[in-house]
Formats: sequence, structure tokens, C-alpha cells
Amino acid sequence: MENEMIARAIVLGASALGAGTAMIAGVGPGIGEGYAVGKACESIGRQPESSGAVTRTMFIGCAVAESTGIYGLLVALLLMFINPFIGKL
Amino acid sequence: MQISDFFRGSPDGVSVTGPKIVCSFDVCGVTINLTETVVISWIIIAAVTLLLLWLTKDMQTKAVTKRQAVAEWIVQTVYSLVEDTMGKHWRHFAPYIASLFTFSIFGSLISMLGLRSVTADFNAPLTWALITFVLIHGTNIRTHGFFGYLKGYVDPVPVMLPINILSEIATPVSMSLRHFGNVVSGMVITSLLYFALSAATKGLGIALLCIGVPAVLSLYFDLFSGFMQAFVFIMLTMVYISNADGSQETAGAN
Repeated sequence: MENEMIARAIVLGASALGAGTAMIAGVGPGIGEGYAVGKACESIGRQPESSGAVTRTMFIGCAVAESTGIYGLLVALLLMFINPFIGKL
Repeated sequence: MQISDFFRGSPDGVSVTGPKIVCSFDVCGVTINLTETVVISWIIIAAVTLLLLWLTKDMQTKAVTKRQAVAEWIVQTVYSLVEDTMGKHWRHFAPYIASLFTFSIFGSLISMLGLRSVTADFNAPLTWALITFVLIHGTNIRTHGFFGYLKGYVDPVPVMLPINILSEIATPVSMSLRHFGNVVSGMVITSLLYFALSAATKGLGIALLCIGVPAVLSLYFDLFSGFMQAFVFIMLTMVYISNADGSQETAGAN
């Protein structure tokens, strides 16, 4: 009984650590989107008349670049709320 | 009170679960679950159908009513978007794009009425992504012929075959996971924050924090995120389908 409690505690703690580690995936999209938005601002400054097309393209690109961060977030949410490894004990 | 009071709240805490099962059938030994998502989808379909019937009631060629002007504006916007993105000869895709967009945006926005978002269930975006997947490959086969389509997999060198197959499979997976992940992360973050706000209200004794904060959160996570993801989904659908044609006359990803 005692051992089982300790095992559960270890799995839960490791899941929480894993969820935190998974969110490192947020760094990449952050850098990438910041770069894309900076470039879009530059190009709007150079050609203000094309701001509509540039903004639209930038939003699409940002949403696509975000997907790796979203994958990390999904893994973190799974580890936090579904606890898939508790069943493996 | 302490900061930890914000996150303690009720003893069972915040739980995130999938959609509830309304009832289940047994068809030839296979259990089919009728989930909350399906029922809310039916509600959305009925509401949108009624709205469109009302918008297009007694249409005229002259002296148009405001209602008809709105209906014409919607149709024109969708057609011009499809023509700008995919090219003139893809006009017949506009109804599909419009229905995808409508379903996606209403499915995300229904959470503002307190119901569960349809798109917060992975089955819904996956279904749309699979329809798009079939359309991409159908278009490819129609333009290149079946053997031309198969030849596309060994395009630069035959060594690329596994990579090409993987990238084809990754298309629907990434499209659906992006939509699902955005909506469900918004749902989880808002539910965590609502939980913290209600705990704070309990701690402070006045409902000061519950007045403005949820509205601002809803504005971003429901309105902006839902709209953005629906738009991205249809843009990617259009770009992928028109690129499967192979003729590079389309406007591409802009």
C-alpha cells in the first residue's frame, strides 16, 4: 500500500515535470513569430499600400508556425489532466 | 488570505474531460456513442440553415432589402476570396470553403453561449481535415491521371518515397491538431482562470474580479482565436487543393 502511494506520487511528479519541460516547445514559435511580425512591419513601412496582403500572409504564417508550440501544449495538457502513465503502474 | 487560496478552491479541483456521451447505440455489435459534440453540431446546422433561409427569403432583382444585401455580400466575399487565393477556375470550391468556415467559426463561438465548443473535440477538425485530404488527392489524380499521381511520390529521386508519404499523411494531422489545440488550450486556460477568479471572489467576499476579466478573456480565446483558426483552416485548404493541381498559375499562399 505504502509502496503504491510512493509509486503514484513519483509518476504524478514526473508527469508534472514532463508537462513543464514540454512547454519549452513554446520558445521556437515565439522567436519565429516575432521575426515574422518584425519583417511584416518592415515591409508595411516600406510599402504601406500593401499592408492588407502583408498582414493576411503574416497571420497565416504565424498560425502555421504556431503549430509546433501547440503540439507541445497538447502534450503538456495530456500529462497534466489525463495522466496517461498512472494506468501503467 | 494567501496566494495559494486562488488555486485551491474546491477539493476536486479543475478537471478537464472530453465531451459527455448523451446516449449510445448498438449497431451490429459496434457501439456508437452519440456525444455532446454531435448534438451541438446538429443545433448549429439547424440554426445556420434557418438563418440562411431567412436571409434568402423572397429575393428580388431590384429594390433589394437589407437582408438580401447582407446575403449577397456574404456570397460575393466568399467567391472573391476563393478567386483571389485559388484562381478563377476554382470558383466551384466556394460553397465547400464557405460551409467549412461557417461550421468552424460557429462551432468555436458556441462556447460563448455556455455550450461546449464543437472544435474542442478532436473528431470534428479531423473530419474536416480528412475531407480536405480526399479533395487534395482527388484533384491530384484528376489532373495528373492515376499513374502520374503515383509518379509524384518518387518525384525527385525514388529514395524520397517514405518522406513524401509521411509529408502527405502529416498534412491532415497537422491541420486538425492545430485547430483542435488552439481551441482546447483556450478552453483549458479560460476554465483555469474562471476557477481562480471564483476562488478569489470567495476569498475576498465581493465579486469584483468576475465582472470584466472573463469578457476580456473570452474576447481573445473565443472570438479572436476561433476566427483566426477558422480562417487559417480554409486558407490552408484552398492552398493545398490548388497546389495539388500542379499548374503554378495560382496565387499561392498569400
